[in-house]
Amino acid sequence: MRLEAKGISFKYGKNPWLFQDVDFEIEAGEVVGLTGVSGRGKTTFCRILAGFERPVEGEITLGGKPLQQTGVHPVQMVLQHPEQAVNPRWKMQKVLQESGPLDDALRERLGIERTWLSRWPNELSGGELQRFCVARALAANPKFLIADEMTTMLDAITQAQIWQAVLEAAKEREMGIIVVSHERNLIKRLCDRVVEL
Amino acid sequence: MKTNLSMNRRQRTLWTIVLGFLLLMAILFSKTWVNTGNILTNLETRNVAPSFEHLFGTDWLGRDMFTRTMLGLSLSIKVGLLGAFGSTAIALILGMAAATMGKVADQFISWLIDLFLSVPHLVALILISFTLGGGYKGVIVGIMATHWPSLARVVRAEVMQVRSAEYVKVSRRLGKSNGWIAAHHIFPHLLPQVLIGFMLLFPHAILHEAAITFLGLGLSPHEPAIGIILSESMKYLSSGLWWLAFFPGLSLLIVVRVFDKIGGSLRLLIDPTKAHL
Repeated sequence: MRLEAKGISFKYGKNPWLFQDVDFEIEAGEVVGLTGVSGRGKTTFCRILAGFERPVEGEITLGGKPLQQTGVHPVQMVLQHPEQAVNPRWKMQKVLQESGPLDDALRERLGIERTWLSRWPNELSGGELQRFCVARALAANPKFLIADEMTTMLDAITQAQIWQAVLEAAKEREMGIIVVSHERNLIKRLCDRVVEL
Repeated sequence: MKTNLSMNRRQRTLWTIVLGFLLLMAILFSKTWVNTGNILTNLETRNVAPSFEHLFGTDWLGRDMFTRTMLGLSLSIKVGLLGAFGSTAIALILGMAAATMGKVADQFISWLIDLFLSVPHLVALILISFTLGGGYKGVIVGIMATHWPSLARVVRAEVMQVRSAEYVKVSRRLGKSNGWIAAHHIFPHLLPQVLIGFMLLFPHAILHEAAITFLGLGLSPHEPAIGIILSESMKYLSSGLWWLAFFPGLSLLIVVRVFDKIGGSLRLLIDPTKAHL
């Protein structure tokens, strides 16, 4: 199954075009890096792929069919700021269960300790929260995962731990990954190919 | 560290709530434990100053002021609870409708809020209560219909803010429906606002009830409402019967404060940034 974006153009309201006529494609199981100078619209492009925004022009297809707007989206995105992606009035257990039942193996692979489940989001650090966001996205069984600067604010060891878990999960499920990052070495290490926006 | 109190703050807060709640309930159901015969006219014990037999003294007809105050407060709490509850419900419904049902609904409801805010509470309250023929029903409906606008505005703003939050968008991509999001994401954010709103409305409702009853436009004079007790006692203040106004007024103040305290404690318990203290 391949995810294909054809002729995507986008602008916010009446502002000038952020990007025009962008083509992008990714096969199942492929790891693709997405780079570009700050402000070129990498995050916005990812948000379009994940269904957060609708493109002004162009269309996105999965396996030849347009993506449906309702139900669980087959492209899940892990956002750059985990503290915004988690409801501050939910305990972490509920956050995890939003996308499906708890998966202990996945939880342990991502280094989420059981005691964290009964905490509020403001009692965890950014890195700890990001693990929850990754676990939540993976539990939704996406065909593709978008990691938008997913591990930028984490230290090297945590970064490696999370990426290892994600790559393992991707291999098991034939899941494609889009990696957005400014870190050249990370991209070189992870990706099969790199696209510049 | 203080060790003489072996409770942590969470337990103390819980106890505050329980005790306050019990006190309010005791007053609310005072009809069952006070001797209602004491409010009958008894001309032998007129104008008695406070004593152990008559804790709050007696009035110019020999009625026991403690009994009257308790029964009056019971009525006031009822009016306050019903009025505040109705107002909060209206605010919640209108606020959520304004934030979710599109531009026209939003403009209409915002206009309605402005309209009600531009008229002083008391004037609108007197008008509505008077139109409905005064009495118990008139006062309660009047309070319900006048106290919602500022809370409705808060609810509307809160819903709008939560609706556009990232975690709501994520939730939508995880296939959750609008109803599920409203119940699980938006409602927990409204709860503290609504709770605080309710707690703040309650004293307002009671004091406004007392105020219009004092003015003679609310409850009828034979009912032992706090407003009536206070307005009657005004006539006797100059003749030195200070206890007629002092104790009922103080009791009203205590009830309002206790309610406020319960509200504050509940908030401490459910707020994530304070709940673990």
